[in-house]
Amino acid sequence: MARRLALGALLIGCAALLDALLPRLLDPYMFQILIYIGINITLAVSLNLVNGITGQFSIGHAGFMAIGAYVSAYITYFFGPGLATATPSGGPPPGIAGEFVLFGALLAGGLAAAGAGWVVGLPSLRLKGDYLAIVTLGFGEIIRVLILNIETVGGARGFAGVPPLQKFSPVRGFFWVFLLAVATVIVSVRLVNSSYGRAMLAVREDEVAAEASGVNTTQTKVGAFVVGAFFAGMAGGLLGHYLQYLNPAMFTFVKSFEILIMVVLGGMGSITGSVLAAAIMTILPEALRGVKDYTPHNIDPRMVLFSLLLIVLMLTRPTGLLGHREIWDVVPWRRRRHPAGPNSGGAA
Amino acid sequence: MNTFLQHLLNGIATGSIYALLALGYTMVYGVLKLINFAHSEIFMVGAFTGYYAAHALGLASNPSLLGAATVMLISMTVCGLLGFLNERIAYRPLRTAPRITSLITAMGVSLFLQYGGQMVFGPDPKFFPQVFPKSNLQLGGVVTTNYQLFVVAVAIALMAGLQWIVYRTRFGKAMRAVSHNFEMASLMGIPTDRIISMTFVLGSVLAAAAGNLYGLVYPRIDPLMGVFPGLKAFVAAVLGGIGNVPGAMLGGMLIGLVEEYAVAIDPWAWGALHVHVGRFKDAIVFAILVAILVFRPSGLLGRYEPEKV
Amino acid sequence: MTPKRPSLPTAQPPRREGPGPLALSAIALVALAAVASGCGGGGDRSGGAAASEVVVGEYGSLTGQTAAFGSQTHRGIELAVDEINAAGGVKGRTFRLVTEDDQSKQEEAATVVRKLISRDKVIALLGEVASSCSLAAAPIAQEAKVPMISPSSTNPKVTLVGDYIFRVCFLDDFQGHAMARFCFNTLGARKAAILRDIRQDYSVGLANFFAEEFARLGGQVASDQSYSSGDSDFKAQLTAIRAAGADVLFVPGYYNDVGQIAIQARDLGLTIPLTGGDGWESPTLLAIGGKALEGCYYSNHFDPSSSDPTVANFFRKYSDRYHEAPGALAALGYDSAKLLADAMTRATDITGPAIRGELAATKGWAGVSGLITMDQNRNPVKPLVVLQIQDGKISLRETIQPF
Repeated sequence: MARRLALGALLIGCAALLDALLPRLLDPYMFQILIYIGINITLAVSLNLVNGITGQFSIGHAGFMAIGAYVSAYITYFFGPGLATATPSGGPPPGIAGEFVLFGALLAGGLAAAGAGWVVGLPSLRLKGDYLAIVTLGFGEIIRVLILNIETVGGARGFAGVPPLQKFSPVRGFFWVFLLAVATVIVSVRLVNSSYGRAMLAVREDEVAAEASGVNTTQTKVGAFVVGAFFAGMAGGLLGHYLQYLNPAMFTFVKSFEILIMVVLGGMGSITGSVLAAAIMTILPEALRGVKDYTPHNIDPRMVLFSLLLIVLMLTRPTGLLGHREIWDVVPWRRRRHPAGPNSGGAA
Repeated sequence: MNTFLQHLLNGIATGSIYALLALGYTMVYGVLKLINFAHSEIFMVGAFTGYYAAHALGLASNPSLLGAATVMLISMTVCGLLGFLNERIAYRPLRTAPRITSLITAMGVSLFLQYGGQMVFGPDPKFFPQVFPKSNLQLGGVVTTNYQLFVVAVAIALMAGLQWIVYRTRFGKAMRAVSHNFEMASLMGIPTDRIISMTFVLGSVLAAAAGNLYGLVYPRIDPLMGVFPGLKAFVAAVLGGIGNVPGAMLGGMLIGLVEEYAVAIDPWAWGALHVHVGRFKDAIVFAILVAILVFRPSGLLGRYEPEKV
Repeated sequence: MTPKRPSLPTAQPPRREGPGPLALSAIALVALAAVASGCGGGGDRSGGAAASEVVVGEYGSLTGQTAAFGSQTHRGIELAVDEINAAGGVKGRTFRLVTEDDQSKQEEAATVVRKLISRDKVIALLGEVASSCSLAAAPIAQEAKVPMISPSSTNPKVTLVGDYIFRVCFLDDFQGHAMARFCFNTLGARKAAILRDIRQDYSVGLANFFAEEFARLGGQVASDQSYSSGDSDFKAQLTAIRAAGADVLFVPGYYNDVGQIAIQARDLGLTIPLTGGDGWESPTLLAIGGKALEGCYYSNHFDPSSSDPTVANFFRKYSDRYHEAPGALAALGYDSAKLLADAMTRATDITGPAIRGELAATKGWAGVSGLITMDQNRNPVKPLVVLQIQDGKISLRETIQPF
């Protein structure tokens, strides 16, 4: 227990350190890319829990993001004491207390999203594969249309003036993004290596056999949705506070699809694969920014390339970069644990 | 009463287009158990092909019914070919792969065609020309144009044609056999690969027709135009019972009417429930989808198929 | 039965325990440090201005949903920049424009604005047309103390973000109220129907302002329907509007939807005039709507057919260069660039705060889109023109002064 606490404190320390150092080392543009990488890692890993590890095909993840984003923004905007940025330069940051407000708001957003995950997970009991995909897509759209029509949070106009991350404390936002990404990865790894994880894998492999073997497939599937949605909601909350602006148009099916590509590229079922792919998919569009000048009609080739990538990937290497393996299965890790015997995990 | 009938006519016209699209989804799902996400893009390509063909034939300045028919035939040919290629290149290699792989590929093809379309056609909307002379008509208290009637007429003709193909020809019988039991069909000597290709072609031809009809009544076309009509047509196919041809037609009509009447009852809903129901019409369509899948997954006309372990 | 499909590759053998959280964060740190050191150096190298130039950033939707608006604005700005440089630049320094495309997406707007500020070291920003993109970018500009002028964002919230944010167009509340007065007073309408675009903040805002003023004047909003931009079928809404028996239909949407709405309205036998806002403004409005738009009216920032020399000059130069008639967006783009250059010239030195101060102090500056005086919220106090469509041509019907 003490070890865990020490590790936790160390993590928080790392996060604070990075948060203080990085803005000095990097220009704001690069810093922004890092923030996006962090958020995308959270999204990809959380979707991987549902799609890759539990084998449920969900393409409505953006809906959970949206819920988390709007709920947390609503709380900080309306209830954060004097923190709203509707008027310029509102006083000095309130210090550490502000951190808790932000954390509370993000947590609330995550819980609201988790609730939505529960609601979406319920019909999944009866649906397989394609149908589930369409239903999750439908839910994502329903959520988006609902938000579009809620005037209190701006509706179509978008929610402007969401208090920025730095209003809450001296930290510049990277702190939270980093912590959330690390937390998502840790929770996922822990979950997969636990009995719940075994259940999820069993459901993925053969649901009927799992049910027959005594696994509560209902609980497992819904649980996966709930956890995945929770982290997506918190990521959405962070995104909203970082951009200081939210709009339902940011959470369409295309966003869900982008997250899905990350998971598929990394390898469905591989947590580190999702991390890698999230980083790649965030950096790639930025690196390709100049290409736009050479394309017909100057269209950003991002989506064309991604969809092509996806098709080629599915035709040639459907398991993605890392397949089912984690990075430590591919890169020799602690040799002393496995002196001999098979040292690769799973078929490629 | 007049307003009710007006809404009815509007709903049937839109519904016919959804029905044509839904048929493509349902036929492909029937034989392959695959949701062809790219179908909505075939619809889009049909509309654009019609646009370019119409301009090439100079129909903007010289509208004629014959020209309209020619344009539609050209679109159908092009889209039939596109559907064939789609199946050959992207779906056939994955026929024995896990279903999720084909689904993702289908999504990939769909997005590729959408954004590729933006590159090829340009992202700005184009305006489908009036390929034959338009005139307003008054039927009792209902005001409409000959375009709307043309849409309904053509759609019904095509659907009747499809019914004939599916239930009165050998090809149709083979198609039904393949959708019942793929392995048995191939064991019976049915060239399954060819049948599947033909199914795709047939579906794509109908999508092209739908695209042209859509362009007629809703002249603004752009590369992303297929997304929502495609989704709604898919809901229609599921509503009617996916894999079921008459079901798709029924589903299409129903979805068209639901959308229409959601807006129609909006003033009443606002007064009674203080909810602008009309603004949620997209959400309502998706909610129908969820409800059907939860309560009656086989759809209205589908048969309940128990899952064999 | 379908072809037999295996599930994804079979279950894994017993897993080794992965590294603990300590190692995980170490990996993360190392990875981040690698990324940082790999890219971090780039921050200082690129961008920046030579001493003989003034770098100004423009962000707009050159592709995507609102590409037509962004491109037109860009052309107006481009024309202005070339004229400025031809006249010797700003205080002898060349006005260099760096343009970035935000693809009509808010997230992209934030990204490119950050890039413009931190990498290209722009001294001021021009953008955007869509209020949602302006709202996404404004906090960034405000924080970096980079003055930003929006050519055509009409949402009141945009300039409220901070004192570095300006605009050169009128606001939605003024526009909505003005059109309500026009419908009530000039057209004599007593029952109005509204058809708003629920997906566009611009349209929803305008509709609300119109409705409140129309009711305040004593009229009645007989029907309030909505659609989503990108919809093709408006017959359901129009049928409901027809049943409500209104005298005028207010459609505060964008031109490509409006054209179709007009056609479908006439197809349904709805003959009442349609009115709208500056979203109707486009060289292709009449091409899309055709005869259906006869007898309709919309508000705009300037009257393109005006004989005022400033307007006529601009019209001529723009049409000569781009072979198309300039719309309000081009005029506003042009004005935003010219105003910026003027403020730079008036400022004691070309730095953010000095430029900001001069912009805020702008009084009676003559732009193509009217005389601009900034009020305390950095919005210009300008008149609005109501244009009418008659015999296939657009002409001035009325000018409404600020009230």
